[in-house]
Amino acid sequence: MLVQAVAFLSRLAIPLLLLLLMAAGVRKRLRLYELFVEGAKEGFDTAVQILPYLLAMFVALGILRESGAFDAVLGLVGPLTEAIGVPREVLPLALLRPLSGSGALGAMSELFASHGPDSQIGLMASVIQGSTETTFYVLTVYFGSVGVKKVRHALAVGVWADVFAFLLAVYAVQLMF
Amino acid sequence: MLNAIWAGMIIVGICFAMVHPERGMEHITHAVFRASEQAVAVALGLIGLLAFWSGIMRVAEEAGFTRLIARLLAPLVRRLFPSVPPDHPAMGSMLMALSANMLGLGNAATPLGLRAMRDLRDLDPHGDEATDAMCTFLALSTAGVTIIPSTVIALRAAQGSSDPTAIVGPTLVATMLSTVIAVVLDRLYRGGRR
Repeated sequence: MLVQAVAFLSRLAIPLLLLLLMAAGVRKRLRLYELFVEGAKEGFDTAVQILPYLLAMFVALGILRESGAFDAVLGLVGPLTEAIGVPREVLPLALLRPLSGSGALGAMSELFASHGPDSQIGLMASVIQGSTETTFYVLTVYFGSVGVKKVRHALAVGVWADVFAFLLAVYAVQLMF
Repeated sequence: MLNAIWAGMIIVGICFAMVHPERGMEHITHAVFRASEQAVAVALGLIGLLAFWSGIMRVAEEAGFTRLIARLLAPLVRRLFPSVPPDHPAMGSMLMALSANMLGLGNAATPLGLRAMRDLRDLDPHGDEATDAMCTFLALSTAGVTIIPSTVIALRAAQGSSDPTAIVGPTLVATMLSTVIAVVLDRLYRGGRR
């Protein structure tokens, strides 16, 4: 029942958002078309800006995979994480995610390329990427901007939240797909 | 940090291949060439949907969606920040930052978040230590409930997914639960210090 509700939400999210947006925009007499086009230009730039980051991660992960080093390391750690239901393939993504948003995006995209976006690994990678944050980056930038040097428990909370989000993402996918 | 990790990945990979020559070094060369082509294909495939999303999100900002979510969140957020007066500017800027985060407006969320940190600093202008409110705000920002993970959806579509939005529901559930966990942990850590 809950699983169906969540799946229903997934199907409905985008059309519903579009409908609400257009209705709100028309009511407020926004220049909808012009706003959309302006925003879309930014998106184009973003896609082009992402390319070097994707390239860097694809190359490094490709070398690790082809050399057999990946299998060797993940072969050691994999059985441990697989005992709690976490497939070894998503571990590199989990390690990169709190450090670098674009690096993690590259790792996710590489998993799509090697396993397919609709495989269980691909789905897990998607939910992991969507549910976790670049915790170290956010912490550094936010606290740095106001001169805070003693971050107290904020780092521990951020890291633990990412660990839980990661596990929840893995289990949510196993439950739903 | 990432500089060392990235270089390390390549160095480890190549050295590993050298001590296991039976696999053949030419595989490494092929991997580099193939990876480069793949990266370009993915980034180009991404342009359409990412541009679409940025356009939609610009409309969402102008239509007042961030403001709407901020209003819905207000009662809950006030309760989480007992040390911040409800009418203080910090409350407003935190709400806007968290709302932008939920909508996946990454570019808008960071400046709003920095603004919120400055307003929180005004409540406690002395010292270089994070306040309780700052820690809670960071916990909420890094756990971040996500309604629409737009970049993930765009990449899934660009790489041939038959159902790119299938992950919206699980992502929402996972982030809601992890936000609750982050808030609880924040309370536990804070309590433990006193």
